[in-house]
Amino acid sequence: MQHESIEKNIGLMGILIIIVISFGGLAEIVPLFFLKDTTKPIETLKPYTALQMEGRDIYIREGCSTCHSQMIRPFRAETERYGHYSVAGEHVWEHPFLWGSKRTGPDLARVGGRYSDDWHRAHLLNPRDVVPESNMPAFPWLEQKTLDGNLTASKLKAFKDHFGVPYTEDDIANAKAQVEGKTELDAVVAYLQSLGHALKENR
Amino acid sequence: MSDFWSWWVIIIVAINIIGCWALLHWTRKIKGGAENETTGHVYDGIEEYNNPLPRWWLNMFYITLIFGVVYLILYPGLGNFAGYLGWTPQKQHTEEVEAAKATYQPLFDKYKSVPIAELAKVKQATEMGKRIFVNTCFGCHGSDAAGNPGYPDLTDNDWLWGGSPEQIEQSILHGRMGAMPAFGTSLTAEQIDQLVNYVGQLSGNKVDEAKANAGEAIFNTQCFACHTKEGTGNIAMGAPNLTDNIWLYGGSRSTIAETIRNGRNGNMPAHADILGEARVHLVAAYVYSLSNK
Repeated sequence: MQHESIEKNIGLMGILIIIVISFGGLAEIVPLFFLKDTTKPIETLKPYTALQMEGRDIYIREGCSTCHSQMIRPFRAETERYGHYSVAGEHVWEHPFLWGSKRTGPDLARVGGRYSDDWHRAHLLNPRDVVPESNMPAFPWLEQKTLDGNLTASKLKAFKDHFGVPYTEDDIANAKAQVEGKTELDAVVAYLQSLGHALKENR
Repeated sequence: MSDFWSWWVIIIVAINIIGCWALLHWTRKIKGGAENETTGHVYDGIEEYNNPLPRWWLNMFYITLIFGVVYLILYPGLGNFAGYLGWTPQKQHTEEVEAAKATYQPLFDKYKSVPIAELAKVKQATEMGKRIFVNTCFGCHGSDAAGNPGYPDLTDNDWLWGGSPEQIEQSILHGRMGAMPAFGTSLTAEQIDQLVNYVGQLSGNKVDEAKANAGEAIFNTQCFACHTKEGTGNIAMGAPNLTDNIWLYGGSRSTIAETIRNGRNGNMPAHADILGEARVHLVAAYVYSLSNK
């Protein structure tokens, strides 16, 4: 086969390119779907409550993951500050995952329980009120917007049906009642406080 | 990884490496072509030589293949084969942590048994405590430990939960939960205003005497249980001293009224799990040193 015949035959070239690329995918990606380490949640992992789930969606909407990662790498400098490094089994129910790739602010993978609810409220409404040096934007509208909970049940259901998150019928039936009337701020704080409890730090 | 997937990875990687080598070997020369033969492409009078890859470039490709093979022998990559060096990220992390421990643990151990009051006078210990403080505690108490509204100033020797070394250490290790109930439903706006006047008077501020007197009566039925009759507070439940003109949430009339109306729930998270006892001991020494020079 002359390279001329490949260069002048775009269909053939496409097929050959796919074959070349698929080698990497077949070896690196395909086995991951069948590995217990990456598909089984760790035993202590809890599904998000209805309110936390809404908070997570607001976290996504506000683009928090642009500046905050949720991935503690196995380096001492990180585990010293943030706690036990992240493991795959903690993220099995994350769709989409929010690992992020940039840390303008600190990693949030284990921020749950680090600060009080009141602190998070003050900090989200105006970060400078509690951390004068902070360059994080303020999110004052979170306090003014109220959740109606109309979609919450379908969100939980989607996670149950498609991603195997073990929500009970009760969880789904009560979802709307649990979030209705709560502010977006309540939801984000509930979400942040839920992060990272599945693995306890050992020191 | 099951044996099947392990072999799956090994075979694909092997095919890949051998295939790359075969492709390079096969295309390294132009078969039967003359020197300076052209491909026949002409554009604006520019022709393209039909030359193979330059030798040095070809060799670089071979080197990457050799690198890959060596890497796969030394490090994990071929399915379940752990690699000759036995490297894992977890192991590297553990080694890193152990190495740091070997350096710092003797220091932590040395200081762990020293009482906080003494430790507060040891410069190295308070410096270590300060480093941990500015990393962990700055969010609420500020990097200068001077606090924020709702988060106590740790430099003024005024303590919600007690300022003895043991009490400070206890606060850091196990956290504290303040609970000022909301009186917005049980007291009228007028009564709250009277209380605000009385509480202001306790700290020696100028207030409306008549209102303050009315407020005192309410105080003595509603507030004394936590704040005591004299208003000096109770460290057992973190009830602030109201007579010292130091205000956790702010001392303006409107803020005090808000505190009475809606209550307050200050919460210091427990740090035993986050920092570990040895580090907490150093932080406690640093905090103690701030108001006990």
